[in-house]
Formats: sequence, structure tokens, C-alpha cells
Amino acid sequence: MSEQETLLRVEDLWVRFPTRNGIVEAVRGISFAVGRERVGIVGESGSGKSMTGRSILRLIRPPGQMTAKEISFKGDNLLDYSERQMRDVRGHKISMVMQDPKFSLNPVMTVGKQISEAYRLHSGASRGDAKRKALEMLEAVQIREPERVYNSYPHEVSGGMGQRIMIAMMLIPDPDLLIADEPTSALDVTVQMRVLAIMDKLVKDRGMGLIFISHDLQLVSSFCDRVIIMYGGKIVETCKASELHNAKHPYTRGLLAALPQIDDPKAKLAVLDRDPVWRDQESVVAYD
Amino acid sequence: MNQPMLEVANLNVYFGEGGDIFQAVDSVSFKVKKGGSYGLVGESGSGKSTVLRAISGLIADWDGRICVEGEVLEPKREKAFYRKMQMVFQDPYASLHPRHTVDRILSEPLGLHGIGDVETRVLKALDDVGLGKAFRFRYPHQLSGGQRQRVAVARALMLEPQILLLDEPTSALDVSVQAEVLNLLSDLRTERNLTYLMVTHDLAVVAHMCEEIAVMSHGKVVEVMSVEQMRRSEPKEAYTRELLMASKGYDPEFFAGEAV
Amino acid sequence: MNLDTQQSPETAAPKQSLKAWLNSDVPASRFQANMVQLYSGWLKLVANPLAFLGFLILVGLLASAVFAPWLATADPVAQDLAARLTPPGTDGFILGSDELGRDIYSRIIYGSRITLLIVTLVAVTAPVFGLLVGTFAGYLGGWADEVLMRVTDVFLAFPKLVLALAFVAALGAGIENAILAISITAWPPYARIARAETLTIRNSDFISAVRLQGAGTLHIIVRHIWPLCLSSIIVRMTLDMAGIILTAAGLGFLGLGAQPPMPEWGAMISAGRKFILDQWWVATMPGLAIFIVSLGFNLLGDGLRDILDPKKSKS
Repeated sequence: MSEQETLLRVEDLWVRFPTRNGIVEAVRGISFAVGRERVGIVGESGSGKSMTGRSILRLIRPPGQMTAKEISFKGDNLLDYSERQMRDVRGHKISMVMQDPKFSLNPVMTVGKQISEAYRLHSGASRGDAKRKALEMLEAVQIREPERVYNSYPHEVSGGMGQRIMIAMMLIPDPDLLIADEPTSALDVTVQMRVLAIMDKLVKDRGMGLIFISHDLQLVSSFCDRVIIMYGGKIVETCKASELHNAKHPYTRGLLAALPQIDDPKAKLAVLDRDPVWRDQESVVAYD
Repeated sequence: MNQPMLEVANLNVYFGEGGDIFQAVDSVSFKVKKGGSYGLVGESGSGKSTVLRAISGLIADWDGRICVEGEVLEPKREKAFYRKMQMVFQDPYASLHPRHTVDRILSEPLGLHGIGDVETRVLKALDDVGLGKAFRFRYPHQLSGGQRQRVAVARALMLEPQILLLDEPTSALDVSVQAEVLNLLSDLRTERNLTYLMVTHDLAVVAHMCEEIAVMSHGKVVEVMSVEQMRRSEPKEAYTRELLMASKGYDPEFFAGEAV
Repeated sequence: MNLDTQQSPETAAPKQSLKAWLNSDVPASRFQANMVQLYSGWLKLVANPLAFLGFLILVGLLASAVFAPWLATADPVAQDLAARLTPPGTDGFILGSDELGRDIYSRIIYGSRITLLIVTLVAVTAPVFGLLVGTFAGYLGGWADEVLMRVTDVFLAFPKLVLALAFVAALGAGIENAILAISITAWPPYARIARAETLTIRNSDFISAVRLQGAGTLHIIVRHIWPLCLSSIIVRMTLDMAGIILTAAGLGFLGLGAQPPMPEWGAMISAGRKFILDQWWVATMPGLAIFIVSLGFNLLGDGLRDILDPKKSKS
């Protein structure tokens, strides 16, 4: 890591949901930090990876409860912020891209209006400036006819385009940290790679931090600098992305072995044997 | 006998009517031999699932030739046809009736075809897919994704078909669960000498499951290759190459700088 | 795969309490599976105080209809002209007496039988017919859909009470014809709901799956689509019941429903109208009864909407 600055530091984060059958703990005491780097959080469904992303922006909806010793962003503890201060943080300093753009965009407002509104909200720029900036941003995510897309409605654009629009919208206020929750899993593989390339470039050029939440081990290891592996609400392992094939935890090893490989045919895929001990192990601290 | 188990020739499928017609599948042809496993690969909108739906009889608006064991199929199917061919759907959360127990889901095909011995058959089916009899009276919402897909596979096998159409059977599942379901499908194929036609967007999955692979794009088959050719990364078409690259993870050099 | 949750029913089945049996995650028989579902619905009902209150009110209605002869203090049609228009709480008239000296309390208790009859008959006719029309229209599509839904539109276009009035006028006054008229006017909304539900269900994978097993249209509609439409129909029905009771009362009030001396609540209000200023109880008491029962249906309907919502029923 060339940058040593810590953008985000999370300590002892818990997310709980009360249900009829008792309290479900979605995240169980995890600690990690993110600098100006690309950190991947990988896990299967129910591992708590999405809840972790939402907790950072304090977006856990009641009756869910989030507690932590610390969630600090550039040294300020977000837990002490009022809801109003949080609104300023969301989208302005920390942005979030969700899985399906169709659900994140307002269907009755043109794409351009949504982007420029997002910008105006935080910067207080004039309409003209906002539009210019929005068009610039659409160009930055490699949309060929920004004017046409600016005036179209969300249902008129394809999935890949929609996700690029979301990225444009999230990056326009120049946040320091981008949280991307499965940003490309709803897209076709080839489109997915192009969207990732765009995200890669923007994050690099702007020196942003990125938290990339995904179920796809292979994708995360090839895209990120560092990987955090979650299981049962805890961090079981963390390592450099390039070192993932040397992972030590049996869960990580099991996941890797369960993936079919094109150039390495096997008659049978390895099946992950879940050891109940994993759930009770201490969560690994992933500060670096 | 060298007759193919399933043969599709010049299949065209259309959606819409009148002036607003859209051709989703454009003269697709292929053959699957008995006991073979054939993969159709492509991205969304490539028409791969539409081919499957036309073969299964869910879509009636097609022309061309579909033969099963040399017998030509009409768009409208006889009831007996379904004892020969069954399908497993992509999303196990959508393919099981939310208000029916596993027992009812599995015994229904037997009832429809007047097959007796329901109790034994249901229990055996549950056993065959690695669920026990404890699962018999559960509702789908009490099952995990992998367990649901096992129920869906069990249902498809209730009528003892020879051909199984697999529509992205693991794309909604976690990696570790995917491995279990793929292993189950491979085992069943060997045990029962089933013929598979599998549709997927995942090249690694298709390489693991199939012997022959057709790559589809915009309704057409753009390339046909054997799994060995694919393993050696010898695709002729640029599109196939791109799919192969993408399936190996993110490669900044290959994809950066390309606009869509 | 969570095969670890699997346990053989032999070890689980015997010597359990009834509660454990009802809470079982691994039901051992079809009967137990159904009971577990029912029990979890019951728990949700009890957990919702307002819905439970509505439920209790309806149990009260049922009880008063069944046990009317024991609950009533007097013959509901026995006249006593000497004791006409007695205020509530005097001379053994708990809720007072009407213009013919009949005991209002007993009349309300017996009237609950008529209300229950109306409610039950409408409930087994209108929603069933609506469900039939709506699901077939939705599943078949094309011209069948066009024809069935245009007919529905025609019925929907008339105000309910006016249409019911027309039917009663044509068929003749009386409680049976009133019920028939209400049913005829009440089905179109159910057809609309059922059709809307069917449209979302018919393209789902589980319907495709059963088609691929060789199931015919009738089988799919009856066995697969109906169970899924049922919950919204039931909710709508409970919410509608208040309106149906009021329509029946309205017909009774206009003299076109139940005929004297039947103790129908609407007719009772109608009779009490003449004395509303001086002898307020004659019209107010049956009015209160209508109000409470309507409220009960509404509360239960609102609660059922939450309970039967499949999106929330994840365990």
C-alpha cells in the first residue's frame, strides 16, 4: 500500500435482528479498516457482508440494530453524528452502489435530472453547472451519447448502462470512499468486466477507497488489493488478493476448491464441509 | 444405433405478432447423443433459454424441426411426452409452489400420470437427491436454496425422463452449494444414463458438465466446440474469446479502455 | 447443505408436548404440516391485539347466534303494548323496548342469526364466483379475458345499493332475495383481484414446471392458482363484510330486505327512526350492534392482511 492513510476504521461491529424465534446476529463483532485502496469483502449469502456495507452508512432499518465501538471516517466517529450529519456523509463523502440499478433509480425522473439533482444537493451548484458536470460524468463512465442518455428514463437504458449511470451518480460528488455491493452481479460477464474497468480507472484516478462486496471469490481476487472473507457474520480470514490462493482457513480453501475451473477438469467438485467450530472462532481483525 | 437422443434443426422462435415481431432464435441446429451432455452458453438475450423453452413445449411459436429419438415434435405436446423430457429451472425460489409441501410437489406428477406407489416413489426420490424423509412435509420457505434445487431436481425425475433440460440450474446458488448440486447432477446422469441439455452463462460450469458446447449470441449459434477445445483456449470467434477471458476474472489489460 | 438439521422422525415424534408438535420444523405427516401452518397463523393473530379483538367480536356474534334462545330474555316477536317504548334498564328490558313493546335486547340477539346468515351466504357465493371468473379470465387471456372482464366492468359500473335495489324490486322483497341481490353486486371486485393475482402468477416458474408435468388448464387453476389468490380474497372479503352488513341493513331500512316481524337490525333502525328524538334507544341499539360487528370484521380484515401476506411469512 503506497497510501498509509486510514479512511475508515470499524471496530467491533454487530448487527442484530429480532425475530419471532429470538435474535438473529447478522454481523458478529467484526473489525476492519480501509485506506485509499480496493478492499473486497467476500462471503456467501447470509455471511453478513451486505449488512456490513450498510452499517457503515448507518442504513440498517429498524427493527435491525447496529452497534459498534467505533465507525470512524477520517478520524470522525460516525456513530456520534446526528441523522442530519449522516445525510451529508451519504453520497457526499461515502457513496454506495447497489446490485440492481433498476431499483436504485427513480423510474419517473430522467437519468440526467437524477444525477444533477444529486450533485446540486451536496454542492449547491446552479442548474447549468450541475448539468455540465453530469454530462462530464456520463462521459467519464464511457457513455457514448451523454446528451441522449441524460434525457432518457431509467427503463430506456440497458442493465450495463444503468449500472454505469449509478456509478456516475455516486461519483459525481467526489466521495472519498465508494461502497459497491455486488455492483455487477446482475450484469452479463462481458458487460460486467467493462463496468469494472471503468470503476477501476475512476477509483485509481481519484485516489478513492473502495469497498467491493461480492460473492465471487475469483472476481474479487482479480480486482481488489486486499480481501476480507466473511462467514457466519465474522471475518474468518484476510489477505492480499494476490495471496488468496495460499489462503489458510479451511472455509476459504473449501470455497476455492468448490469452484469449477475451465483449465483444471475434475470428475467431482470438492464439497465444502462446514465445520461448526468456524462459527465460534474469534473474528479476525482486518486493520491492514 | 447412432440416432441422436435430441435433434434440433433450423429452429426459429418469434415473439410478438403482426408488425411488432421479434426473432429471438435464428436457425439454431444441434444434436445431442444419448447419454450425452450438451451446453448452450450465452449472455442474457442470446436466446439460449428460449431454445430450451421451445424444446420443452412452453413456447409454441416456433418453426424448424425438433426430434426426440427420431420422433418429430409438434409445438403442442401429448401428455406422454412429458415422461420423456423434464426441466429444472434457474431460480429454486420461484420454481416451487410456495403453498405446497415437498410431498405434494413430488407426488403431483405421479398423480397427473396415474402412477401408483406414490409413497415409496416420493421417499426414494428424496433419498436420491440427498434429502431425507424428514424433508417430506416441509414447505419451500423452510428450505435453503440448495435444498430447494434438490427438490426441483427430484420433481423433474419423478416421471423418470430420459432427457433433462437444465436452465442455469446453479446460477442462483452460492458457490459451495453449486458444487453440491453439480455433483448431484453428474451422479444422476451416470446412474440413469440421462441426456442433458444445459443452458448457462458460466463457462466454467459448462466446461465441468458438458462434452460439447455451443456459444450463442443474438439468437444465433456463433461457435460450436468440444470441451477439450475450450480447455485449450482455442476458440475461433472473438466473442467466445471474450467470454473465456471474462470467466477467468478481471484482467485490466484486456478490458480497460474498451467502450461499450 | 444443511443436512445436519435432518433428524429421523422416529426419534422426534413420540412423547412430545402438543406445543412442540405444533412448532415442529420437521412435520412427520401431511396432517401435522397443515396443523403447524395453522398454528403459526394463530400465533400471529394472537400477537396482533386489534385483529384479535376483531376475531373475538366475531366469535361473540357466532355465539349469540348459536345460543340465542339461552341468551335472550324474552321472545323477540312477543308484543306487549302496555310496555311499549320502555327506556333501557327498566322492567327487565335491558336495552329498552320498541314501539310494540318487544324486548330490543332479545331482538338484537336473535337478529345476529339473520346477520350471520347474510354474511355466510354472501361469503360463500360472491367471492367464489369472483374467483372463478377472475382466475379463468387471467389464466386463459385473449378473448375469454375480454368477455369476462367487460361483463365485470358492467356490474362494477352500477352503484352497489342501486343495483341491489333493482334486483330486489324485480325479485320481490324478502331476506333471501336481499342476499341474492347483494351477492350479485358484490362479486366483481373479487374477480378483479383474482385476475390481477393470476396475471402475476401465471408466468412464474412453478406454473411452467407443472405445465411440463402435463397438467391441464383446470388442474393448474384449481390446484395452483386458487390457493395463492385465496389470501387476498379472504382479506378483501372480511373488509367487505362491514359493507355487506350495511347494505343488508340498508335494504332492511328501505323495507326491501327482511320483512316484519323478523328482528333484522336494519329494519329495526328503520322502525326506530320515528322515535329517534324522544326514544333514542329504539334506533340506536341495533345501530350499535351493526357498528360493533362491522368494526370486528374490519379489524380482523386488517390483521389478516398482515398475517396472510406471504412476503412476511418467512420463518
